[in-house]
Formats: sequence, structure tokens, C-alpha cells
Amino acid sequence: MSYIDKHRNLIDFTLSSLLRRKGKNIALILVYTLVVFILSSVMFFTHAIKKEASIILKDAPEMVVQRVVAGRHDLIPIRYIEKIKGIRGIGLPNARLWGYYFDPIAGANYTLIVPDDFQYGQGDIAIGKGISRSRLAYEGDIMPFMAYDGALINLRIRNVLSPESELVSSDLILISENDFRRIFGISKEYATDLTVKVRNQREINTIVRKITEIYPDTRVITKNEILRTYDAVFNWRGGIVIVIMSGAVMAFIVFAWDKASGLSAEEKKEIGILKAIGWETSDVILMKFWEGAVVSVTSFIAGIILAYFHVFFASSSLFEPVLKGWSVLYPEFKLTPFIDPYQVSTLFFLTVVPYTVATIIPSWRAATIDPDSVMR
Amino acid sequence: MIELINIKKTFNAGRPNEFSAINGVSLSIEANKVTVFKGPSGSGKTTLLSIIGCMTRPTSGRIMLADREVTSLPERFLTGIRRKTFGFIFQQFNLIKGITALENVMLPAYPMGEAYYPLKKRALETLDMFNISNKALSKVEWLSGGETQRIAIARALINIPSVIIADEPTAHLDTKLSHEFMDIISMLKGEGKTILIASHDPLVYESDVVDRIINIRDGMVAEWV
Repeated sequence: MSYIDKHRNLIDFTLSSLLRRKGKNIALILVYTLVVFILSSVMFFTHAIKKEASIILKDAPEMVVQRVVAGRHDLIPIRYIEKIKGIRGIGLPNARLWGYYFDPIAGANYTLIVPDDFQYGQGDIAIGKGISRSRLAYEGDIMPFMAYDGALINLRIRNVLSPESELVSSDLILISENDFRRIFGISKEYATDLTVKVRNQREINTIVRKITEIYPDTRVITKNEILRTYDAVFNWRGGIVIVIMSGAVMAFIVFAWDKASGLSAEEKKEIGILKAIGWETSDVILMKFWEGAVVSVTSFIAGIILAYFHVFFASSSLFEPVLKGWSVLYPEFKLTPFIDPYQVSTLFFLTVVPYTVATIIPSWRAATIDPDSVMR
Repeated sequence: MIELINIKKTFNAGRPNEFSAINGVSLSIEANKVTVFKGPSGSGKTTLLSIIGCMTRPTSGRIMLADREVTSLPERFLTGIRRKTFGFIFQQFNLIKGITALENVMLPAYPMGEAYYPLKKRALETLDMFNISNKALSKVEWLSGGETQRIAIARALINIPSVIIADEPTAHLDTKLSHEFMDIISMLKGEGKTILIASHDPLVYESDVVDRIINIRDGMVAEWV
């Protein structure tokens, strides 16, 4: 057990040693924690939101068929189903009705969807938690909507939704088909888009080609393309935050390098004393290793925990304008915690390891001096 | 028993500032005695003590420590011998500021891998031996000159060495504290320790407790008393 006792004794001395230069070390830990906090906040956010997107799209149909007019998404005639359903290898296409409604009172965009199995009747709606929060609207309340022609339509809230992912449900309103068509003035012959389920994943490309051959005025969006868009959008946003914060990161590197790599005359003298009273070069290096490790691991853990609370409990409030600026996400939402161990360990190796090494190298140089230097 | 055979030590060898500190010293030092190396500043006393205490290697010559040749040992073994055999009391005491007296005393034993609590107990007992256990938790910079001196002695004793090496221990002490120091030396001699002191303070080399005085001048043994 003497090996463990040796390390315990060295750590004990390291902690006393760090407390001697309290101000300097606390400042270092604070800056270090801030850097880890920024990097891991971005990392947690982008990872969690991409994961969230994949959950949302888990049960989504393999493809969505939209009509395009002058390069823009337009309403699709429901009769298009007739020809599409004749293609082999697909399930019955389904016409979807959905759209956005801007609520001037809350200053927010809501997503209105007509579900296939809407369990309430005409005049009823179910709303997401975000809408309930912003409008202070609860079950049994009446919510007014301004129709396309200026008419006021009052709908009764029958339920406040709380499914597993608030990302989609937050700004969501489930509505009956008739009410949807009344608000937006869409005739019975049209839908927003068509969804198509494909049995064999390998046939997706062939089916896409066949649909666009039958209806050249349509575009087919596959589930994979949507996932890729999520990835690209949030990687890009995360990248912007990291670029903006890179100034802070660089300042930290300079600060840490200066602190870790340069030994003061006092520290050099102490190393001389330790050697003179019987410490080996390796003992001094071990002690300095623990010093670097204590500072960097403490900051790393503190930064990660703060980032976890910031992203998953405080809705990434500090980076909100950059990370969340997207119309669908307009209402407040909280992410479900997801952490990728691979990303956390990458961050660990990019922060803790270089700092600890930077602490050891100058000490190694100082520790190789002759122990009799303190006697001269 | 420590034996030095034709020890020479040259600093900055081959450079314009080459300096020969020890020029062929051969002598035997008896165990359980107090030996004082006396001589003016720059005579080579401290260098000789560093060589005897395995802190630095001689340029040539051999050192026998209890019939074991130690000059050619690698650093690792030399450090092991140094911390088990020698306890050092430095001219400036060289305590580490900002930590407690107790931690300073325990420091030489930390790398030995001894369990913390038995070590702490021994350190407190050592401090108690010098009547300063009440200062164990005080930071060393708060202590008086006499207390600092006793902490430095306690630190030299923590690994239970057989040889105590003191370099100009009274250089920064007043007469009263210097007498106190020599009383402690007398006590340690009574416990069977071998004590080597470098000093040009008459209060040290004229003390009754001293068994032998070796005069050093220009890096050589001038005379034995």
C-alpha cells in the first residue's frame, strides 16, 4: 500500500501548495472552467438537438412529396395519390395538412397539424406546452384564431400535450381538418403534402425517381435528407459559437501556458529544497503532475456540470440567439439530456491532458538541478 | 563511519570560470561523534558537506559509507541513501513558506510511501521533543527565529537518520538561540547520532559537545584538532 500512500501524501502536499497561491489558482480555475463550459455547452446542445431530431423522425414516413410552383412549396392536389399508390413497394400515400400560424399576441409562430386520428371533434384543439406557457392557456379555455378572410374563429382547448420530446410539441396545435381548412381557406381538393411509406429501404431512390417522373412538378424529400439538414444546421451553428468564442479560448491558452510553463523563482527554490531534503526528480514531477491534474480535472468537471445545467435546465439561455434562431423552434423548449461519451472524452483529452503536460515539462527541467543548490 | 578518499570537486570544469572547491581531501569521520568543519567563507566546508551528504558527486575520489562505496551509485539509489541516512539543517533553514510547521516536518517522508497517520504521529512526537508541538498547525512564516530553527531540526530528524548535517546553523541566530542549538546537538549526540557541522562560529567549535574540529582552507584539510 506504500505506493498509494505515497500518492496520497503527494496529493496532500499538492493541495496545501495550491492553497498557498489561492488568488492565482482560483482565477486560473475560473477561466479554465469558463472555457470548458462554453465548449461543452455547444457540444451538448448540438448533440442533444440532433438526437432529438432523430427521435422525432423515428416514426416519420420515409418520404414526403411536395408540389413545387416557381421553386416554392405549394399545396398539392389530393388526386395525385391515385397515380402514386400504383407504384410497387409502397404503402397507401397519406395527405397531410399542416401549416404555421402567427399569433400576434404571443409574438410566436405555431405549427398547426391535422393528425390522422384526431380524437376530439370540430371546434376543439390540443396545444403544446410552449403555447400553454406563453398564452397562459389551459384545458377548457377558448383560443381565438384569425382566419384567412379576417373572420374570428374560437376553438376550445381540450388538452395540453406532453409527449417525450418538447422540441416538436412545444409550439404544436393539433386541430380538426375542417377547422384547419376554415382558418387557412384551403379547399377539400388540396393538402399540404403527401407522405409515402416504403417497405424496402433499398428501393427509396427508385421510388423517388418514379414519383418525379409521374409528377415533374413535385419534389420528394426523404427522411435521411431531413436528418442531414438537422446535422448541417446545428453543426454550423455550433461552429459559429466556437469561432466567436475562440478568442476566449486563445486567451486561456496563453494564460494557462504562462502559468503552467513558467516557474517562479520561489517555485524553483522550493523544488531545490524538496530535492535537498530527499525527494527524487520523479517525486517532484509526480507532485507537479498532481498539481496540474487537480486544477484541470476540477475545472473540467465544473465546466461540464455547469454546461449540463445550462443546456438541459436553463434552455441554453446564454447562446439562445445563435443556437436556436429558427422559426419552428420559436417557443421556449427544454432539451432531453443526451450526452455522447465520445465527445466528452475528446474534450477531456483536448483540455486536461495538454494542461497537465504543460505543468510537468518546466518542473522536470527545474527538478533535474542538483539538490545542493539550496546550500550554495 | 564515513571515509573520504582523495575527494576533489571542480565547478565549471574546462570553462574560463573553472573553480576548484575541494582539492584532494582524505579523512575518516567517526560515528556517534560531533565533528565540526571550521574555516573561512569560501574554504569549501559547504561543498564538502554536500559531497558527504550525497547531495552532489565529487569530480574524483571515493566516499565509503559504512564500508559501502556510494560515489558511483545512480541518482535513484543515492537519493534513497540520502533520505535514510542523512538529515539536513541548512543555513537559511529553508522551510517551505505557506504550509504548516507540521507539514514542513513531514515533507522529507512523503515520497517514502509511509501511511499518513503514523507519519503525522511521529512528526508531532518530534515537535514535542523540542517543545513546539503547540505550533504544529502554525504557518512557518508566523514563527519566531528559535521556533523556525527547531522546526528545521525536527524536519532533519523525521526519517530517523543516523547522521545529521548542519551547514552554518548559527549564522542567523543570536547567542541565546545558538546556545539552545548546541544543547539540542548535545541531546542528539546522546541519542547516538553522528553530527557534522560546518561553522566558523566560535560558539559552535568551542562548545564542549564537539569531539573533533577539522580546519578547512582552500579546499584542503589544514589541520586536525
